[in-house]
Amino acid sequence: MSDSDSRPAAAPDSALGALTDAARRSDLGLVLGTLAVIYAAATLLTATSGLNSVVGLLETLTFLGLVYALSALALNLQWGYTGLFNIGVAGFMAVGVYTMGMVVRSPDPAFGPPGLGLPLPVGILAGTGMAALIGAVAALPALRLKADYLAIVTLGLSEIIRLTLQSSAFDTFLRETIGVGTGGGRGMGMPDNPVRELFLVDGQAGTPTPFGDLVFGIFGDGGLGIAHPILIGWGYIGVLAVVLVGYYLLLERLGRSPFGRVLKAIREDEVVADSLGKNVNLVKIKVFVIGCALMGLAGILWFGSQGNVSPTPQFMPLLTFYVFIAVIIGGSGSNAGSVIGGLVFAAALFEGPRRVGGTVRGLIDAQTPPSFADALVSLDPVTLLAYATENIAPLQFVFLGLVLVFIIHRRPDGVLGDRIETAAAVDLSERPNGGEADE
Amino acid sequence: MSSDSNGPSDVADADVAEVADASEIADAASGGETADAETQDSPVEEAAKHTPTDVPLRVEGLVKQFGGVTAVDGATFEVERGSLTGLIGPNGAGKSTTFNCITGVHEPTAGTIHFEGEEITGLEPYQIARKGLVRTFQIARELEEMTVLENLMLAPKGQVGESAIRAVTPGLRGEVVEQEEALRERAWETLDFFEIDHLATEHAGNLSGGQRKLLEMARALMTDPEMVLLDEPLAGVNPTLEEKLLDRIHDLRADGYTFLLVEHDMDVIMENCERVIVMHQGSVLAEGTGDEIRNDERVIEAYLGEDI
Repeated sequence: MSDSDSRPAAAPDSALGALTDAARRSDLGLVLGTLAVIYAAATLLTATSGLNSVVGLLETLTFLGLVYALSALALNLQWGYTGLFNIGVAGFMAVGVYTMGMVVRSPDPAFGPPGLGLPLPVGILAGTGMAALIGAVAALPALRLKADYLAIVTLGLSEIIRLTLQSSAFDTFLRETIGVGTGGGRGMGMPDNPVRELFLVDGQAGTPTPFGDLVFGIFGDGGLGIAHPILIGWGYIGVLAVVLVGYYLLLERLGRSPFGRVLKAIREDEVVADSLGKNVNLVKIKVFVIGCALMGLAGILWFGSQGNVSPTPQFMPLLTFYVFIAVIIGGSGSNAGSVIGGLVFAAALFEGPRRVGGTVRGLIDAQTPPSFADALVSLDPVTLLAYATENIAPLQFVFLGLVLVFIIHRRPDGVLGDRIETAAAVDLSERPNGGEADE
Repeated sequence: MSSDSNGPSDVADADVAEVADASEIADAASGGETADAETQDSPVEEAAKHTPTDVPLRVEGLVKQFGGVTAVDGATFEVERGSLTGLIGPNGAGKSTTFNCITGVHEPTAGTIHFEGEEITGLEPYQIARKGLVRTFQIARELEEMTVLENLMLAPKGQVGESAIRAVTPGLRGEVVEQEEALRERAWETLDFFEIDHLATEHAGNLSGGQRKLLEMARALMTDPEMVLLDEPLAGVNPTLEEKLLDRIHDLRADGYTFLLVEHDMDVIMENCERVIVMHQGSVLAEGTGDEIRNDERVIEAYLGEDI
């Protein structure tokens, strides 16, 4: 990953100062630094429960962080760069993963909703392509609608997609016409994960491949004693990390180019872009197609690895809002920010509170009062804390709201602050060759 | 501040003379006709027949209605190549609507607009801009979160890197970077010309009103236009910058650019434009040199006896 900008660095006081300074100036450093903080906190939280708990929690946090980062990057292209308010992220993810499932699943109805039985790579391509196609359709209203109305249309589209996939009538219709099914409200099982098959023969527990033997020998039973599913999970994280780097490089290149400049111009004032000869409508369609394709692929990598997908609750609009929060945390318009926003959201807002709540509840020796009123009336901070940690899931939304208000109010540019994301393929920070008329 | 010692009127006079030299034929042809003219319609039509290539912009019978309101009612005029033509009129005369019809913001109800011999009536603004007819805005519209350099580098046409595929494909990106380097150099030179090079890395949102006007003109020039439509370029600009802006406009006209200037300030138009079009109640009331306009009775009447 490239250096984000070339601000002159203050003279570092120490080796550690130099290290943090270097980290702050490079996107990779920022991402790794964020991960290090998350890992340290998670390790502290679970240190007493043994290595498996630690590595397991790190695996969960990293997986969620990466999938949110992927989704946030895709959304950042549309919303952060171009200002297109797409609130249909969940829908495009559903299109991606469902299309993949329908293309790859066995045609035999005995195994649930039938599919076309094609290889997985074909399914992934088809899913990404279908999301891009639906994105192009969604872009048509985008050409005529202002931000708020586009938001309503995309939200509506996302719900139409979810409810269509949930409908058993649609399932029956597809089975009768093209011979594939969605599974309706019950959802469908996902194809075998090739990463799992890298470790286990035919994905069967207990029969490791030579590679699996090697890994399990060092980290699993034969060595550190980490549970095999966690190790396989880390293998999948490797795949996600590679794709994330791909997303990041692709979007950085798009942003740092004349194309990115047009996107920024459309975000700022599309009348100006139009008056300067830029075909705003065509560019908007392109952005929808690219962004929705990336969302579709993110959906495949995320939900395709979860064994089973179903329209509700997995693809509720809440998912879209989570992705928006990730982008907002990182600062819209910044790719590095989107990655960090995804990691921070997953760790600190999504998964973290539950874990912390559980751990704290375990430490408190008090009865949980049956209702909030009872907890309040007791006037006992321990009882209140017991109540809060016991009911962390609903309270999490309150916390989420507070964080969102705080960030929008105090750090509107995201946790990284104002970042210079140059929209050009060359350095614009100073005049090349010094220039002759410098003052 | 500026290196030349000429006052604004000196510069204007000198440049009018220069342009007269540069486009003698055009001036002689149309000037002769308009001098004899009693009505504005027939000489314009005559000129259109005789000097098509020297008339980049020709507006004929332009009508624009909004609901029941007729904002422009049969306006016909033309702009000669290399001229600085002023379009004036009282409030509600239809100047802005005419401007918006020419630039494609509004679709005319009737009438035709030709640019460089090609009909551009009803085209989208971006299509018109690509043909070399570019505009500025009355209230400067900067891309505030973009730097001054980014604002300028956005404008040029034919940027290969505006294709998403070329922007990201490793083998093709070399060409993009090469073009970007050339554009960056041109952007710096343009900033030098407008004497705002010290602002190059500022966000455009941090610029003052006058600097924004300069930036907007610089950005319009970066598109390589044949003709620039200026919508009240001096509105809200302090006198020092006003002089600088006018100097630049005259310099550019000397380089062969054509300008159509919409202004409500009579003095600005009279001092700087050698051709003036007066609009009133949606149609062209008079057309001619500053002196002709000054002495035109209908114009005086339309301006309610105001001293022009």
